[in-house]
Amino acid sequence: MSTDAPETEEVGIGDYQFGFHDSTDDYEFKSRKGLDREIVGQISEMKNEPAWMRDFRLKSLEIFESRPMPGWGGDMSKLDFNDIYYYMKATKGQERSWDDVPEDIRKTYDRLGIPEAEKKFLSGVKAQYDSEVVYGSLKEDLSKDGVLFTDTDSALREHPEIFREYFGTIIPPEDNKFAALNSAVWSGGSFIYVPPGVHIDFPLQAYFRINSQNMGQFERTLIIVDEGASAHYVEGCTAPTYSSDSLHSAVVEIVVKRGGRFRYTTIQNWSNNVYNLVTKRAMAYGDALMEWVDGNLGSRLTMKYPAIYLMEPGARGETLSIAFAGDHQHQDAGAKMVHCAPDTSSRIISKSISKDGGRSSYRGLVKVEDGAHHCKSNVVCDALILDSDSKSDTYPYIEVEEQDVAIEHEASVSKIAEEQLFYLMSRGLSEAEASAMIVTGFIEPLVKELPMEYAVEMNRLIELQMEGSVG
Amino acid sequence: MSSLLKITDLHVSVADTPILKGVNMEIRQGEIHALMGPNGSGKSTLAYALSGHPNYSITGGSIEIDGVNITEQEADERARLGLFLAFQYPVVIPGVKVADFIRHAVSNIRDPDRKEGEGLIGMREFRTEIKARMEELGMDLEFARRYLNDGFSGGEKKRMEILQMAMLQPKFAILDETDSGLDSDAVRVVSEGLAKLSGPDMGVLIITHHERLLEFNPPQYTHVMLGGRIVETGDAALAHDLHANGYATVRERHPEAAADNARAEEAAAV
Repeated sequence: MSTDAPETEEVGIGDYQFGFHDSTDDYEFKSRKGLDREIVGQISEMKNEPAWMRDFRLKSLEIFESRPMPGWGGDMSKLDFNDIYYYMKATKGQERSWDDVPEDIRKTYDRLGIPEAEKKFLSGVKAQYDSEVVYGSLKEDLSKDGVLFTDTDSALREHPEIFREYFGTIIPPEDNKFAALNSAVWSGGSFIYVPPGVHIDFPLQAYFRINSQNMGQFERTLIIVDEGASAHYVEGCTAPTYSSDSLHSAVVEIVVKRGGRFRYTTIQNWSNNVYNLVTKRAMAYGDALMEWVDGNLGSRLTMKYPAIYLMEPGARGETLSIAFAGDHQHQDAGAKMVHCAPDTSSRIISKSISKDGGRSSYRGLVKVEDGAHHCKSNVVCDALILDSDSKSDTYPYIEVEEQDVAIEHEASVSKIAEEQLFYLMSRGLSEAEASAMIVTGFIEPLVKELPMEYAVEMNRLIELQMEGSVG
Repeated sequence: MSSLLKITDLHVSVADTPILKGVNMEIRQGEIHALMGPNGSGKSTLAYALSGHPNYSITGGSIEIDGVNITEQEADERARLGLFLAFQYPVVIPGVKVADFIRHAVSNIRDPDRKEGEGLIGMREFRTEIKARMEELGMDLEFARRYLNDGFSGGEKKRMEILQMAMLQPKFAILDETDSGLDSDAVRVVSEGLAKLSGPDMGVLIITHHERLLEFNPPQYTHVMLGGRIVETGDAALAHDLHANGYATVRERHPEAAADNARAEEAAAV
């Protein structure tokens, strides 16, 4: 097994840096293509799961099969569920030292900069490679405090009570077709439990890497932040560039209990052959703060609307999202805020950039349930369109069943103004540099919310997207 | 040898309407030129055309720096050759910090061969320098961290232009009504700032309606523009005379240009 050198990479990588892949010859296990009861049973068996989980998976498969494809959002007509591998296991098990991870996989993560970041500023890391987590670490002092950070399969084995209490309760398989799909074939993902009052200072990071062609990656993440605790979790994602499609369909369930604070940051940078159809939802209880920071780059189609249910008075929810749609890409992204209790507040800030014929859509819902009086919500979406081939649209939904609420919605669409370009160019910046600077400035209000290392990464990714494309 | 900016028989149109109809001018490093003229005479058009604004198409004539024809060059290439325009209406760039922008600009101008993505000028060196320039211009250091021109007052914007000029050290600077819309304190700061910067290494073209900027920066040459042409050239006394007496006598001496100017003013008023 060897890592392909960059010059032998698949054609059509373009400016995408992470389009390389490793050989799959030595994989521990590869399912056949397609999805049926046998495959689902096989996955459950491979994982040696209890009967209830096997039944949950099979029931979810039925729900998946009975549901039609969504009639809204992006074009999924070319997505063929029978042309996908639903389970691919590259290594025997999860390692606690990078030295024990097979060399080519370790090199891949080196190229992605994960071990280096881990040394510098992370509290813990999970590295998922196709279907399974191949590496995991957690700082010792956090283990002593009772923090759990494992892959989700291990959590089912090692922490069955807490797992079963929450798993599938925030996003049941009935929620939508893709949540049902994930529930049937889920594998990997992160499980985090932060005990009451424990503060994790440095981020926990998970990195999701698709390697195989026609791969379906279905990680399942479950996070419980107990009363008065706080943590920040960051996920990154990349995939090789292939001429055929891959599917990434995750489910992320989060509970933030009374007085807890949790931030979930995503910097995804999928290759252009990935369908990214993800369901993410958090429940925030009394005076808790839940934040989604969502950076969506790459993929063919992303449909993702991180949700926050504000369950008790004082709960706050915030979603900051950036979407960048380039050539042949559609980013259909946004947020959902559901005010279930009085005196709750939410804020959505969405910024999208469309370029080279890309399309970005903001799709968002603010819902105020009956009885949720005195709640506040503020929605701001700004779209920047870089050329006349590109497109942006906004679908804001507001459902209010209460009188005494304050909801604000502002939307703006702009093009890079000629005057801005000229001003910067008259100071010696090339047109490409000037455009990149304007775009970087456009997303700056969000990027400054990121820890410095991720802000640098985000700006670098945006600059890569902007490079060599103007003029 | 000092550099020369040479403008020869320059014709410029905006959206197919001819504005400049044969402008000639020569500016050497170390000289200060004043460009005056009534509204609609084409002063700002000349400034934009010299800097390479894409909406100002040069339909005839040439612009040269030391014999190199820059007529076809983009704005950034001209800037790298040492041309600078202090904007009448500086543009707001949200989210871009002043210091980041100027550091980028300085890196490109001082190393004209710098390629995109190559290293910028050293942070420590840059900080020391911008701090010194800001102190000279009486600017709060906090400005370096603000977003470019975002929420700036008129005076702050103009001072920001002068700061950029100080950092970029151009061979030729064009100041397009840098003194307009400012209170007298701000005009003094800007005028003193310019006086400090200009010297044997900078040729300056000051476009102005007012006299105060010229008091601090007395011009060797005063050009009067009317109807898209330079109709008269004199010394500092001409500028003084125009301030005192207006353009009536100039119009009388150049009836054809005056008629062109009147038409341009009418068109602008529509």
